[in-house]
Amino acid sequence: MVKILSKKWRRYKHDPKSLLLFLLVCLAACITMIALLFIIVYILIKGIPHLTPELFDIKYTSKNVSLLPALINTLFITVLSLFFAVPVGISAAIYLAEYAQRGNKLVHIIGLTTETLSGIPSIIYGLFGSLFFVKYLGFGLSLLSGACTLSIMILPLIIRTTQEALKNVPDSYREGSFGLGAGKLRTIFSIVLPCAIPGILSGVILGIGRIVGESAALIFTAGTVAEVVSNMFSSARTLSVHMYAISGEGLYINQTYATAVVLLIVVILINALSNFIAKKIGGGKVEI
Amino acid sequence: MKHIKETIMKFLFFLTACVSIAAVILICIFLFTNGVPAIKEIGIFKFLLGTTWKPANNLYGIFPMIIGSLYVTAGALFIGVPIGILTAVFMAHFCPKPIYKPMKFAIHLMAGIPSVVYGFFGLVILVPFMREMFGGRGMSVLTASVLLGLMILPTIISISEASIRAVPKSYYEGGIALGASHERSVFLTILPAAKSGIFSSVVLGIGRAVGETMAVMMVAGNQAVIPESITSGVRTLTTNIVLEMGYSTDLHREALIGTAVVLFVFILMINLSLSLVKRKVK
Repeated sequence: MVKILSKKWRRYKHDPKSLLLFLLVCLAACITMIALLFIIVYILIKGIPHLTPELFDIKYTSKNVSLLPALINTLFITVLSLFFAVPVGISAAIYLAEYAQRGNKLVHIIGLTTETLSGIPSIIYGLFGSLFFVKYLGFGLSLLSGACTLSIMILPLIIRTTQEALKNVPDSYREGSFGLGAGKLRTIFSIVLPCAIPGILSGVILGIGRIVGESAALIFTAGTVAEVVSNMFSSARTLSVHMYAISGEGLYINQTYATAVVLLIVVILINALSNFIAKKIGGGKVEI
Repeated sequence: MKHIKETIMKFLFFLTACVSIAAVILICIFLFTNGVPAIKEIGIFKFLLGTTWKPANNLYGIFPMIIGSLYVTAGALFIGVPIGILTAVFMAHFCPKPIYKPMKFAIHLMAGIPSVVYGFFGLVILVPFMREMFGGRGMSVLTASVLLGLMILPTIISISEASIRAVPKSYYEGGIALGASHERSVFLTILPAAKSGIFSSVVLGIGRAVGETMAVMMVAGNQAVIPESITSGVRTLTTNIVLEMGYSTDLHREALIGTAVVLFVFILMINLSLSLVKRKVK
C-alpha cells in the first residue's frame, strides 16, 4: 500500500496538474456523498425519536397529526395508478418491441411523445389532471383523479423499462418458439414476457417510487383531505402531500421529521428492492 | 380463428402504444384552450414582459417569474454541473471497486428522495445557514439554487457516467501510450469524446430544475418581484402556479394556466433541443 502511494506521489510531483485533477474529482465525489449522507442521517436522527405510536393512529386529528391515513391512501393510490399504467405500458412496449417495424413514422412519433411525457414537470401534470379528470370528466378532487394523473406520469417509465427488458430477450428464444409452431401471440406471452419479468418489475418498482414521492401533481387532483378514503371518489392526501401540508403549518416540525423518516425508509426499501431484482437478472439497471 | 385473435391483439397493442400520443395531445389541448385565451385577454406582451403580478389589481405580468426560473436554473447548473460531471468521472474511472456499488446505490437513492423531503431539508438546514451567512430571510435565489443543484446531481451523474463509459477503451489507451498520466488521458481524451452525452445530461438537468416545484417553493421566499441580488427572494413559474391555484378564480386562474403554458413551451423547447443533440450523435 505504502509502496503504491509513494510511487503515485513521485509521479504526481512532476505533474501537479494531474494531481489537481485527481483531487478535484475526489472532492466532487466526496461532496455528493456527504450531501446525501447528511440529508439522510440528519433526518433520521431528528425524526426517529418522534416516531410515536400516536403518529400511527387510524384517525387523523390536528392533535396527533397521524400519518397512518396518508400512508394507507398512498398505498391505495399506488395500486390504482399501477392498475392503469402497468397493463397499458407493458402492452405499448410489446407493440414497440415486437411488432413495430423500424423506421416507421408512427413509431417514431410514439417514441417522441413518450420522451416528451417523461420530461413534463409534475406541476403541469397536476394542472392537466385538475382540468381534465377533476373538471372535464367530473371525477372531482378524488383518489381516482390523482391515480389517473399519476398513471400518465409513470407511463413513459414503464414503457421504456419494459421495452428495454423485451429487447434483452435473445432472438433465439423467439425463433425457437416459432420453430415449434407457436404463433406470435403465444411466443410473446409464454416465452418473451416471462423472461422479461425481472426487468419489467424493476421498472414498475421505480414507478412506485415516483408515485410515493409525488406531491405537486396530487395537490390539485387528489386533494388534501387527511382521512382514509372511503371510495374512489373521495379526496385523499398521500404521504408526500401530508408531509408538505404539515411542514407548511409550522406547528408540527417534529411530526414532519417523523413523516420524512417514514418516507425515506419507504424510498430506501423501494430502491433496494429494485436493485435486488435488477441484480437477479444480472443486466444493467435502467438509468433514470 | 387463431388468425383473428392475433390480429385483434396486435391492434390492441397498437392502441395502447398510441396512448402516449393521445396523452400529449390531450395535455396540449387542455392547457392551451384554457391558458391561451387569458394570455390574449391580458395581451401577450403585457403577460410575458409585464413586471408586476398583482391579481387583486388585475395586473398579470409573469416576467419576474420567468427571470426567477432562469436565475434559479442557472444557479442550480452552476453548482450541479461541475460537481455532477466530476463525480461521474470519479465513478467511471477513479472509483475503487469496493465502493462503486454502494455509491451507485446512493446515487439512485438520491434520485428517489421525494422533493418534499429535499424541500424540508432545505427549510430546516439551508435556510437558517444562509440567514446566518448572508443576512436577510435566508429564503433566496442562492438557497434555491443550492438545493436544486443537489437535486439535479443524480440525473447528471448517471447519464454522464453512462456516456463516459461508452467511450471506447482505445481512446484512453492511446493517451496512456503517448505517456499521458491517467488523469490527463481521462480528461483530455475520454471527456471530449463523451461530450454529447454529458451535454444531454445537462439538458435533462435543466428540465428537472425548471420543472421542480415543491422544493423550490419551500426555500425560495416566493416574492413575485425580480430579485435584486442572489440573496433576495424569488418566485419561479412552477411555484407561481401552486401558490395561487388553490384560491384563484376567473381570469386569475386562467392567467395561472397561462403560466403553465409558458412553462410547458419552455419544457418542449428543452426536449426538442435534447432530441436534436441525440440525432446529431446518431
